[in-house]
Amino acid sequence: MKGSFKRLTRIFLTYGAKIVSILLAVSIISFILVSASPVDPVQQYILGLGTAVSPEQRLEIEAYWGVNEPPVERYLSWLWEVLHGNLGVSSLYRRPVADIISERFFNSLALMVWAWGLAGSMGFLIGCIMGMYRSRWPDKILKKICYIFSSVPAFWLGLVLLLIFSVWLKWLPIGFSSPIGMLHEEVTVWQRLYHLILPAFTLSLMSFANIALHTRQKLIDVLNSEYVLFARARGEGRWTILRRHGLRNILLPAMTLQFASFSELFGGSVMAENVFSYPGLGSAVSAAGLNSDVPLLLGLTLFSTLFVCTGNLIANLLYGIIDPRIKEAGQ
Amino acid sequence: MKQRSDSLLEIHDLSVSFRMYDQGLKQTDLRVISDLHLTVYPGEILAVAGSSGSGKSLLASAILGILPGNATVEGHLRFKGKELNPKLQERLRGTEIAFVPQSVAYLDPLMKVGAQADGHGKPRSVQKRNGLFKRLGLPDNTPQLYPFQLSGGMARRVLVSTALLGEAELIVADEPTPGMSLDQALEALGMFREMADQGKGVILITHDIDLAVEFADRVSVFYAGTTVETAYGSDFKAGPDALRHPYSKALWRALPQNGFQPIEGFQPYAGHLPEGCLFAPRCPFKTAECTIKVPPVREVRGGEVRCYYGT
Repeated sequence: MKGSFKRLTRIFLTYGAKIVSILLAVSIISFILVSASPVDPVQQYILGLGTAVSPEQRLEIEAYWGVNEPPVERYLSWLWEVLHGNLGVSSLYRRPVADIISERFFNSLALMVWAWGLAGSMGFLIGCIMGMYRSRWPDKILKKICYIFSSVPAFWLGLVLLLIFSVWLKWLPIGFSSPIGMLHEEVTVWQRLYHLILPAFTLSLMSFANIALHTRQKLIDVLNSEYVLFARARGEGRWTILRRHGLRNILLPAMTLQFASFSELFGGSVMAENVFSYPGLGSAVSAAGLNSDVPLLLGLTLFSTLFVCTGNLIANLLYGIIDPRIKEAGQ
Repeated sequence: MKQRSDSLLEIHDLSVSFRMYDQGLKQTDLRVISDLHLTVYPGEILAVAGSSGSGKSLLASAILGILPGNATVEGHLRFKGKELNPKLQERLRGTEIAFVPQSVAYLDPLMKVGAQADGHGKPRSVQKRNGLFKRLGLPDNTPQLYPFQLSGGMARRVLVSTALLGEAELIVADEPTPGMSLDQALEALGMFREMADQGKGVILITHDIDLAVEFADRVSVFYAGTTVETAYGSDFKAGPDALRHPYSKALWRALPQNGFQPIEGFQPYAGHLPEGCLFAPRCPFKTAECTIKVPPVREVRGGEVRCYYGT
């Protein structure tokens, strides 16, 4: 027990160091990219003020913001503020970036958790069916469906679903996270869930195919293994083999894949949230990009990096905790 | 000789081939076992001895009916007089026919060894399993270990235990002893002997002729996917004159203690099998007849030989 605690601390420390260095690298690269881009934060800020600004005032603003200082100094002062918890103020929303991210994140989290769970369970189940019936008709049909869904663009899929379920059938709302014209406090949990269905479903349709195809391949590998041959030689039937050996051996890779898919989830949510006008992180990303909101864009970049790294960290930790080969070797 | 009693397993003219695709869509049938003849009686250990690549392990798969899907099986298999078709094989696997595979790769890497020895289906006595593990010289904590924590020899002993724990009438053991120390190998083979003495049949697939001769009642010599001769264990001890087939004699002479004399040539591989007798290209006594038609199985001095001239 003590050994495993020590091991976990060690893993946390190494991954913590890795995550910090990745965040630094990402911040440097995005800072360089923003500096090199034609985006002018000062101009954006002035536009946002809504009043005319004289050239002298503009120079003053530039001096106040340190626009003319060397890039390294600008980066270091930005980093210094970030380390103190200040991500800056969004020029689009006129509110601290950190507040926007935390508020939007909880909207997105609900969406992503549903989509993630649905994609994971659907992908695993379909992968198991394909693996068990490999090269027979259920496998052939499902495999084609998987290929279609993994190659269809997310926004298109979202539009088609919107057309079918909201416009034609009128079963589900067209967009947003709550009914239009209602106060935030009046919205019930059910209404929120109701508005979540279509975006979450779209998002999960985008990522289940990957998990299903990987699970299928892994199950086929397991079924071709010598230990399954021995299980057959001992009289175990197909479904007994799936229960005793199949699930045990494919669950770990599927779970790793599931946690490593955070990046695709985030990327997908940008698309899905825009199509469904869902006020989450994803729509904030595109709004920040389209409106040259540099502080928000940098903040979101850092946050999404952290999000993806956390997913990978969880995958790694799970492997170490569940797989006896790694667990015992660490002791 | 136990020829009088009813046989446990009878194999007549068994051929196994694999459908392969080479160069695009051209199909070829790769024959790995040809016209194999084998009979096992209750109460005996029959060793099937031959060099690597001779198709010995596939024989085990064919008996159990666990060949890959692209394999075709011809010939007759009978278990206790009944035609051993896929349906019967499915019913007998793990109950009346037990299989001891070769290596740790046949154990589920994520399942504890104790649970694997017990197997699926009806619960078995833990005492019996632990007692057996003890007899096989496995440490007390073995049931709680995962396969990756076992040495090669330990894994083989666990695999042997899976067969001994059941009530099988026929045990097919594929190379059960390599990796064990001599003591452990003797203990494991001694257990097979006990099983045989209780009236069960054991097929011991091995490339270790010395061990085969020591423990087996009869030895089938395997060459290029067929059995060229089935002799008594004592025939091998007596020397080449007691053996019937030129390959068995050559094999005897090639053993280290018997002069280490190799013969010319190589065992033909599947896909390049000669017409007629499979040993003919290397046989010093071959005649025109041998290269045209496969010789029939003949009974000679209580053994069987597939040769026109074997005496």
